[in-house]
Amino acid sequence: MALVRINGLHKHFGSNHVLKGIDLDIEEGQVIALIGRSGSGKSTLLRTINGLETFEQGEIEVDGEHLHPRDTDLRALRQKVGMIFQQFNLFPHLSVGRNVMLATQVVKKIGEKEAEDIARTMLLKVGLLEKFDAYPDQLSGGQQQRVAIARALAMQPRVLLCDEITSALDPELVNEVLAVVKTLAAEGMTLIMVTHEMRFAREVGDKLVFMHHGRIHESGDPQQLFANPQTPELANFIGSIN
Amino acid sequence: MNDISTWDIVRNLLDGALWTIGLSLTAFVLGGIAGLALLFARIAKNPIPRRLAQGYIEVFQGTPLLMQLFMIFFGSSLLGLEISPWIAAALGLTLFTSAYLGEIWRGCVESVPKGQWEASASLALTHFEQMRHVILPQALRIAIAPTVGFSVQVVKGTAVTSIIGFVELTKTGSMLANATFQPFMVFGCVALGYFALCYPLSAYSRYLERNIHGSRAH
Repeated sequence: MALVRINGLHKHFGSNHVLKGIDLDIEEGQVIALIGRSGSGKSTLLRTINGLETFEQGEIEVDGEHLHPRDTDLRALRQKVGMIFQQFNLFPHLSVGRNVMLATQVVKKIGEKEAEDIARTMLLKVGLLEKFDAYPDQLSGGQQQRVAIARALAMQPRVLLCDEITSALDPELVNEVLAVVKTLAAEGMTLIMVTHEMRFAREVGDKLVFMHHGRIHESGDPQQLFANPQTPELANFIGSIN
Repeated sequence: MNDISTWDIVRNLLDGALWTIGLSLTAFVLGGIAGLALLFARIAKNPIPRRLAQGYIEVFQGTPLLMQLFMIFFGSSLLGLEISPWIAAALGLTLFTSAYLGEIWRGCVESVPKGQWEASASLALTHFEQMRHVILPQALRIAIAPTVGFSVQVVKGTAVTSIIGFVELTKTGSMLANATFQPFMVFGCVALGYFALCYPLSAYSRYLERNIHGSRAH
């Protein structure tokens, strides 16, 4: 039984048909790398999985929570799906600790003390425990992104969505974030990543999904696909980034 | 005619100024509460409250305050409701203030980056929880300077209520001018009175504006 099931997903932005029937099953513990050119629909697909984008047709299921077109009650689903953004999106008016604690207290109604313990555990995991009382604007981009990961983990999601999480970082800060993601993958976290880090996708990914013109054009084992792409579009794409 | 001393003039004007302050505070507090309700209506997901609030704001921003006061004061007596100039003035200024504050605050809420909404949504916060814990605390910081700045407009707006017979600073001034035949002196004092009320507010607003970017919220 797949943890995430996506069936026949269609989405339009106005007259632009951006997702043209996506079917994708993701097993627990899998690391999925979503790749493709900009405009291929990969970020949109990722954002439909936790309801940040609506869709017109199809169905998404995450760990027994069903999401249908025009659903508005997303609370149960979103407690199972964490998300990390390109721009970190930490809450600038809250300390690092409070950033991580907020949703556990507000959504899960966990008490102050226990929420703080959870936050400290998660910050320790991303190597930033000493920044508990700092504010986001006192941190580097890489540190902010690691806090964002700790914030998502504090809700104990079943799946973590990563939307180009290293694209806004200076090159020397990329590795500290990828190292955290690698640890999560090793611990068995289910990850769906839109990424331009092809080397990382090949090393850590269990499955590569190549999107092209709103469809899954090709998917499979990353090592094999990189070495031996089956379609000219993927070959072309791999050639253009190397 | 010369039995009205300068002290009498100043004393009466101070009395009038107290009513100006009282009316300003009433309009600002009640208008702030109504403005908050308008803000929530303006950014609601449902289009019905959104359009209603937008219509309300357009009516009150698109007509002179004096006409709004006339409508309330004379309109209510047409409906058989006898309302005092004080009630009409307080009601009129409250509605006027709420329309402006609602719109100022909406601008502040919308200036909070979209990523803050998305991040809090993906942490499973409800719309209200997002507003309460993430959006409003940030919008509030942005809103302080323009809100204090707008309070100057409210204070000056109270002068218009003299026309429907509410005895505040301006009305006191015109009564004194008629009695003393010294309009320049009297209205000079009235103007000084408004300046004394408004200058600290606008200076404070400027101070806040300068400091809001320089320092953090904590």
